Amino acid sequence: MLIATALEKRFGAVRALAGLDLAIKPGEFFALLGASGSGKSTLLRVLAGFDAPDAGTLRLDGQDLRPVPPWARPINMMFQSYALFPHMNVADNIAYGLKRAGVPVEERRNRIAAALELVGLQGLEARKPQQLSGGQKQRVALARSLVMRPRLLLLDEPMAALDAGLRERTGLELRALQRKTGAAFIMVTHDQQEALALADRIAVLEGGRVAQIGPPQEVYARPATRFVARFLGAANVLEGRMRNGVFESAEAGADIAMGLPTDTVAIALRAEQIRLASADEAPSVTGILEDAAFRGDDWLMVVRLPGGASLRVLHNAPPPAPGSAVSLTWEAGAVVPLFA
Amino acid sequence: MPRGILLAPLWTWLLLLVAAPLLILVVMALATPADGVPPFMLGWRFAAFAMLVEDFYYADALVAALRLAATTAGLCLLIAYPMALGMAGVRPAWRLPMLALLMLPFWTGFLLRIGAWIGLLRDEGLINHLLRGLGITDAPLALLYTEGAMLVGMVHAYLPFAVLPIFTALIRLDPALLEAAADLGARPARVFFSVTLPLTLPAAAAGFLLVFIPAAGEFVIPELLGPPEAQVIGRVLWQEFFQNRDWPLAAALALALLALLILPIRWFQRLGAGA
Repeated sequence: MLIATALEKRFGAVRALAGLDLAIKPGEFFALLGASGSGKSTLLRVLAGFDAPDAGTLRLDGQDLRPVPPWARPINMMFQSYALFPHMNVADNIAYGLKRAGVPVEERRNRIAAALELVGLQGLEARKPQQLSGGQKQRVALARSLVMRPRLLLLDEPMAALDAGLRERTGLELRALQRKTGAAFIMVTHDQQEALALADRIAVLEGGRVAQIGPPQEVYARPATRFVARFLGAANVLEGRMRNGVFESAEAGADIAMGLPTDTVAIALRAEQIRLASADEAPSVTGILEDAAFRGDDWLMVVRLPGGASLRVLHNAPPPAPGSAVSLTWEAGAVVPLFA
Repeated sequence: MPRGILLAPLWTWLLLLVAAPLLILVVMALATPADGVPPFMLGWRFAAFAMLVEDFYYADALVAALRLAATTAGLCLLIAYPMALGMAGVRPAWRLPMLALLMLPFWTGFLLRIGAWIGLLRDEGLINHLLRGLGITDAPLALLYTEGAMLVGMVHAYLPFAVLPIFTALIRLDPALLEAAADLGARPARVFFSVTLPLTLPAAAAGFLLVFIPAAGEFVIPELLGPPEAQVIGRVLWQEFFQNRDWPLAAALALALLALLILPIRWFQRLGAGA
């Protein structure tokens, strides 16, 4: 549906988009995940038409989008600050786009009512944005975009301005709305939990290009690069190299795995996939327990390896005393080879 | 207590420079004119106020002053809004130099600037010289001491006061609002009239008032550039104080002007509350 190839955008010396490729399918919930400065917001602005790309192509259902100004693009955007018009009430905010599109009064009224019902804000038509709570503002912004029936909705950090308690529920509602309307959503976020929980597919951006793209489970389980492994949360990354079919890690001071591809430059190992080895097992690695912290569901252990690197390990029983020697093990499949 | 200390200069200012002069004006307006220093005797008489109502000369002067002030403020607004829009549109690094340029005229004295206009507009002045030199006219055009000269001088003197609040409001406007409007299908002109303009209207009203209020009491510019028949309240005040030496009448006139100017201030407060 939306196809971007080799997008470039420079701001002075900064290369915000560096040859970015992306293809969005109709009706999917897509999350753009990245740290600040990764180019995710710039990409959104380029898609909406607020910034013009320096190079590359941008097509929506075959139509070249580059010469199309923002007001003529069949794409709508929900802003991080919501950008509700402070001088208009809720109904007028939602009516704004419909008026520009020349929708007749009667239909306009019906569509506004339907949009308000969709986001559960019936009865607030006459309120000014200043009289709404953060969550209500977010819904009005959503209704204002969705009432335009866009085929593609861009959401810039839609949950960033909400209280932590409201975020989870709002996220689920957002996905339900996406399913109901059938529009493709592209959500920009720096919160990997949010992206993993809601999206059909995610793209991790790094330095203005896509580092990895795929369904959340796949990207989470098989990160392709050190960056993705670290960014998606809590994976241990150990540097090393393949020699005679064995991955040797000087940092760990041990051989970690066998049979990985020969171009492996590092491995990722999730904290929850490492466990204490029982007495009759051959440990994968041994180390000293440096520290342990109770987290509610489990304990986080930090284990110093002989080579100096430390491993984060999640353990679901009270850990040994800090300073004691521990033996760790994991399934062979838990080791993910990284190639960059 | 620290709050009280912080507010002390404000209250001192208000007391010494607003309340006390106002009280003196009221006392003066109720006094009887007399020969001597000061030229009145304290009393309790409303003759000065009665005179303001009876003699249409004063009412006319008030109307003329309000008309001049409204015209000046209106013209200033028409010029100031596009100016502010242009200034707010430049790169942020250029904004400060733009502001400095706007304030540049204040680096020379007010009277010098009026003097410069006299030099330009008088019969033997630069403009008439040029027109005759180019053969466009043979007799000098009467430019000075006209309504036009007066308005040019007024607008020139007061324009920055109208630009400043509008400029400030424009640079504070969240760019996301303009982008949201464009995103919802509004072309640039529509974005301006439906978002930018309504959201900066209170600032435009403030700019209007910042010009209107001092312009209503202005007497130097009408005196030096305007036609003799432009008997605005400022000039009449001056005449009553210094030529006729009827201080009670002049004081009553000043109070009447003050009372009239409270109306637009109230109107502005209501506008601010509505936005």
